[in-house]
Amino acid sequence: MHMHKFEKAWLTFGIGSLLVFLTVLGVSAFYLGNQPPSCLATIDPEKVDTTAPFNEPGLKKVEGKDWDYELVYVASAFSYSPAEVEVPYGAKVKIIATTKDVVHGFEVAGSNINMMLEPGYISEHVTTFDKTGEYLIVCNEYCGVGHHMMSSKIKVVE
Amino acid sequence: MFNPSAKLKVDRRDGKLAMAHFFVAFTALAIGGLAGLLQTLVRSGKFELPAGIGYYQILTVHGVVLGLVLTTFFIMGFQIAATSKTSGTLTNKQRIAGWTGFWLMTAGTVLAAVMILLNEATVLYTFYAPLQAHALYYIGLTLVIVGSWIDGAAIIMKYAEWRRKNPGQPSPLLTFMSLVNTMMWIVATIGVASTVLFQLLPWSLGFVETVNIGVSRTLFWYFGHPLVYFWLLPAYMAWYVVIPKVIGGKIFSDSLARMSFILFLLFSIPVGFHHQLMEPGIDPAWKFLQVILTFLVVIPSLMTAFSLFATFESFGRSKGATGLFGWVKKLPWGDARFTVPFIGMVAFIPAGAGGIVNASHQMNQVVHNTIWVTGHFHLTVATSVVLTFFGVSYWLIPHLTGRILTKAMNKLGIIQAVIWAIGMTFMSGAMHAAGLLGAPRRSSYSEYGGAAQAAEWIPYQVAQAIGGTILFIGIILMLYIFINLAFFAPKGEQEFPVGEAADEAEKAPMVFENWKLWLGITVVLILFAYTIPFIDLIQNAPPGAKGYKLW
Repeated sequence: MHMHKFEKAWLTFGIGSLLVFLTVLGVSAFYLGNQPPSCLATIDPEKVDTTAPFNEPGLKKVEGKDWDYELVYVASAFSYSPAEVEVPYGAKVKIIATTKDVVHGFEVAGSNINMMLEPGYISEHVTTFDKTGEYLIVCNEYCGVGHHMMSSKIKVVE
Repeated sequence: MFNPSAKLKVDRRDGKLAMAHFFVAFTALAIGGLAGLLQTLVRSGKFELPAGIGYYQILTVHGVVLGLVLTTFFIMGFQIAATSKTSGTLTNKQRIAGWTGFWLMTAGTVLAAVMILLNEATVLYTFYAPLQAHALYYIGLTLVIVGSWIDGAAIIMKYAEWRRKNPGQPSPLLTFMSLVNTMMWIVATIGVASTVLFQLLPWSLGFVETVNIGVSRTLFWYFGHPLVYFWLLPAYMAWYVVIPKVIGGKIFSDSLARMSFILFLLFSIPVGFHHQLMEPGIDPAWKFLQVILTFLVVIPSLMTAFSLFATFESFGRSKGATGLFGWVKKLPWGDARFTVPFIGMVAFIPAGAGGIVNASHQMNQVVHNTIWVTGHFHLTVATSVVLTFFGVSYWLIPHLTGRILTKAMNKLGIIQAVIWAIGMTFMSGAMHAAGLLGAPRRSSYSEYGGAAQAAEWIPYQVAQAIGGTILFIGIILMLYIFINLAFFAPKGEQEFPVGEAADEAEKAPMVFENWKLWLGITVVLILFAYTIPFIDLIQNAPPGAKGYKLW
């Protein structure tokens, strides 16, 4: 099978770029720790309200961990608990969330915080809030007739 | 390779079978297009649906009717016509398989459509368990898939027959490509058929109370990504084989075309995790492995791009073009059969670039489930693929109905594509922009309690409605052309263009026809990418989820 020399050059360049690209993604993921949210912990979706930490949704200061606060969310059709929360500027926060019923999304608009909430699974993401202001949380996975009304708010304050 | 059947017309009986598929496909275009228009109008905030029709109900219609019905019916019709043309008329047995598949798919479509209209299945075409639709909706979609297998069996049988009669010969290129796409489709749909038959159907009938969400979603997306390549490969068939003949040039290389299709077969399937990057329950290392496999389709895509432009340039230079880009002027811009798919090819450049962002592991966090993604696949499937299908219709429909594409219809076809490009620039452009600002996909109009961020999205939603309206005008034009070509165009002979390879002497290596080898590698790759994480999902499964009807 014959391959034109220009095509060889084109493919060499293309595959070379691809390798560089994948290396960048890989270093970011495995060396710098920028992995997509992939928490492996599970929970009984029927008992969310009585299982820690979801029995007390909201912001909590923690000691002796890599983060300063834990921010716990419980999603259900068509709301998040808490509906609004204030986070101190510069705080390193672990967001921990799950759902009581169907699949929901958890997206802090205009940020990289974006994860799926699936019944039976816990989703986590660690982030630092380094910009003050008001952030809208929206459900970005179809969950029923009130899907577009499902939201919450994070206020980052000095 | 001289192919004696290449000069023949598609047999009338095979033509009828293909046309039956196209009638359903274009009916789907009309219904799904209307649903799409209504969605963009609702989301602009200036319009409300009458008579208690729900936004998510028409969203389900739009997805099912365009994503599954239009595409599958058009593709099956096109592949049957292409196989009949290049490998000879179907035998009665093969044609009966085709008709059986067609009627099963049609019955399934009607069943699913009725359940959606009764508001019993507002779960979108991606199912979203534990949202639970009526069992008949799942049965309807199963019939569509099983029907497509039987329909595809006609192509597989014809291919096997051709190989038996021509030992040691590479199969005709269009037949080969139809076969690859059919096999890829069958391997991929096993995933969605499994979740429907073993999980969703028993659960919706009440035989089991709960369903394993992680497993269901993984089986769905095992199918969900190859689905998009199933849409794309028929467009590639037209780009590789038909377009060179339309412009009067040659296929750059028969062998490399086959190689790129084989690469698509191998790398289209073991990649579903890149739709689940934001999901819990899957180890990120396995996600990353599937990200790498996803990106391997970049290689056949680069080969395709090279091959197409090499064909265009060689043709232009053979007509005396000089300079670096002189050949561009020699291309037949006045011919809808070329220009319409060409606009589709151009759209694939930003579409492919956006796709690279989507699949990029952690970069997906920025755009996952935002309307950026909707903007992305309206460039890939709703522009590159659909415009190519329209471009194919302009010669295939009259070829099958014994009519011709008149000058007036040719011109209208080009106008249609230009309108489409303008409408899509508005709609898809605004979707990409709003998505980067965080606007979610699959959501009705909402001000989110007056949030400042949500207010930024609304002007883009108005732009989407403007684009959607322009696109709907394009759909009306397309339907007008289709009806003309099917019933009213003057009688005559319209060519079915099948290109010849530039280097006729070079026979394609027979290794490409070794299906034990290619299907074997396909299965090994799938097992490699899925076995361990899939066992994890089952062994470490949380308690199952009960069904909900929240619409």
